[in-house]
Amino acid sequence: MDNLSLEKTAYKIRKHALEAVYSASSGHPGGSLSIADILSVLYFDEMRIDPKNPKDENRDRFVLSKGHCAPALYGALAERGFFPVDDVKTFRRIDSYLQGHPDMKGVPGVDMSTGSLGQGVCAANGMALAGKLDKKDYRVYAILGDGELEEGQVWEAAMFAPHYKLDNITIFIDFNGLQIDGDISKVMSPLPIDEKFKAFGWNVIVIDAHNYDEIKNAIKTAKNTKSKPTAVIAKSIKGKGVSFMENEASWHGAAPNEEQYNQAISELNVHLKELEAR
Amino acid sequence: MADKKKIATREAYGNALAEFGGNEKILVLDADLSKSTKTENFKKKYPERFINMGIAEANMMSTAAGLASCGKIVFASSFAMFAAGRAFEQVRNSICYPNLNVKICATHAGVSVGEDGATHQALEDIAIMRALPNMTVISPCDAVETKAAIKAAIDNYGPFYVRLGRLAVEQINDEETYKFELGKGIMLKDGKDVTIFATGLMVGEALEAQKMLAEENISARVVNIHTIKPIDKDIIIKAAKETGALVSCEEHNVIGGLGSAVAEVLCENYPAPLVRVGTQDVFGKSGVPKLLLEEYHLTAKDIAQAAKKSISLKK
Repeated sequence: MDNLSLEKTAYKIRKHALEAVYSASSGHPGGSLSIADILSVLYFDEMRIDPKNPKDENRDRFVLSKGHCAPALYGALAERGFFPVDDVKTFRRIDSYLQGHPDMKGVPGVDMSTGSLGQGVCAANGMALAGKLDKKDYRVYAILGDGELEEGQVWEAAMFAPHYKLDNITIFIDFNGLQIDGDISKVMSPLPIDEKFKAFGWNVIVIDAHNYDEIKNAIKTAKNTKSKPTAVIAKSIKGKGVSFMENEASWHGAAPNEEQYNQAISELNVHLKELEAR
Repeated sequence: MADKKKIATREAYGNALAEFGGNEKILVLDADLSKSTKTENFKKKYPERFINMGIAEANMMSTAAGLASCGKIVFASSFAMFAAGRAFEQVRNSICYPNLNVKICATHAGVSVGEDGATHQALEDIAIMRALPNMTVISPCDAVETKAAIKAAIDNYGPFYVRLGRLAVEQINDEETYKFELGKGIMLKDGKDVTIFATGLMVGEALEAQKMLAEENISARVVNIHTIKPIDKDIIIKAAKETGALVSCEEHNVIGGLGSAVAEVLCENYPAPLVRVGTQDVFGKSGVPKLLLEEYHLTAKDIAQAAKKSISLKK
């Protein structure tokens, strides 16, 4: 898909994410907005998936290791046709299948239940290893938060993937620099992220998380890299696309009120109109 | 029976994996303890399906979940302390919540670990594993039962926790006639005055206690509870009705384990006195296994005393 279409789709994903969080009066908008472009490329350009057959054993897999950004994932899955877009509004409701964090048993297209940080990337490694053992050519993708890197289990996974030469997994680190309590370098610095993954034996690529050529090229490079997993350090803007949410840690896990929601949606609509006018 | 060679349930586990390992879906993960957990018996035969995870139990459990999501039957082994303890939350969120087909076979449970001491003696693993939705918990008493339990784990979908021991134990069951039914206790001796429920290596002690009690003209029923979850309610209620006094024995804290499971069934169905033999909310320590079992009152003599106490509590 061309970059312009992908960017438009990303803004639709952002709108769904905010719609979900606003409807639920809870959820995580900041990180959902920062990963929308990567999700758009994965779900609309890259991954071999079929919404009509979400459990196809040869499909590419995606694990949202930073499971709290489920609103963006649900937005992407809904846009891609895994379930009706209107269902996004039922997010976190007692009668909904759209749990606060992704539930692989209940949501079509969700490949792993996540939410407890650090675990998703390990499960993604398991999927990649299964692919190698079964000589299947599917690829596995995961998105981790930068704050998530503070979980020790992530580094167990970081050791594992290069050890077993899992070149069929690509992880994205959503490097927006903020976590709940503030700046990641002040809370508990995982920096330098690139050097750490390099030291663990990964192919490391640093990109702008909102630049489509860079996202696509990183995926292409990962696919051409043999015997090594790839970690894409994606420098992003938390809250991307909504002026008052951008680079504000306070929007990590807070829902907008009606006024804020309306303003956010109108800003996203302006972006969308600009793109449509191109 | 007495002349049969003693075998640790961990050894029987390794042998069972090697025996049933022909199933291509089976993968075995271990965290640098394959020589101790005996998964090396599988590794020798099927090296391509053995994955060493290194000393990283949390990663092992979540990776197992990912493998299982791709259709694998995944055995994940370490010491009970680290499989159920250290990796508890990974077992809960990565395996049990999505109900994935991972078999956690944890060795070195209980004080019979011996000399390694308290840090390596899991006495709370039954309690925490049993509290997890979707989890089946099995605690086999000997080699024959272990083999059957591993077969059941392969044949039945879903997360399993199989509790295994380090210490060689006598064979209680006869391989020819033994029948394993998931969730069903086995009455090894019938009796009318008291019922002793036992699990793991305490089954052997319970049978010894039965003999001691018989010498005092006390008729004790002995029931082997290999499946702690789902617990066999019927056999417990029937025992309460027919014998009126009950004892539970396990190499585990009296809080949360077999004793608690039996008490839960009794309280809600047929209240009757129950005396729980187990460690009394304390940590273990270093020592020779046999002496530790004596120190923590986990012997036939202790069970016999508990039986008499339970009988005295009958109304």
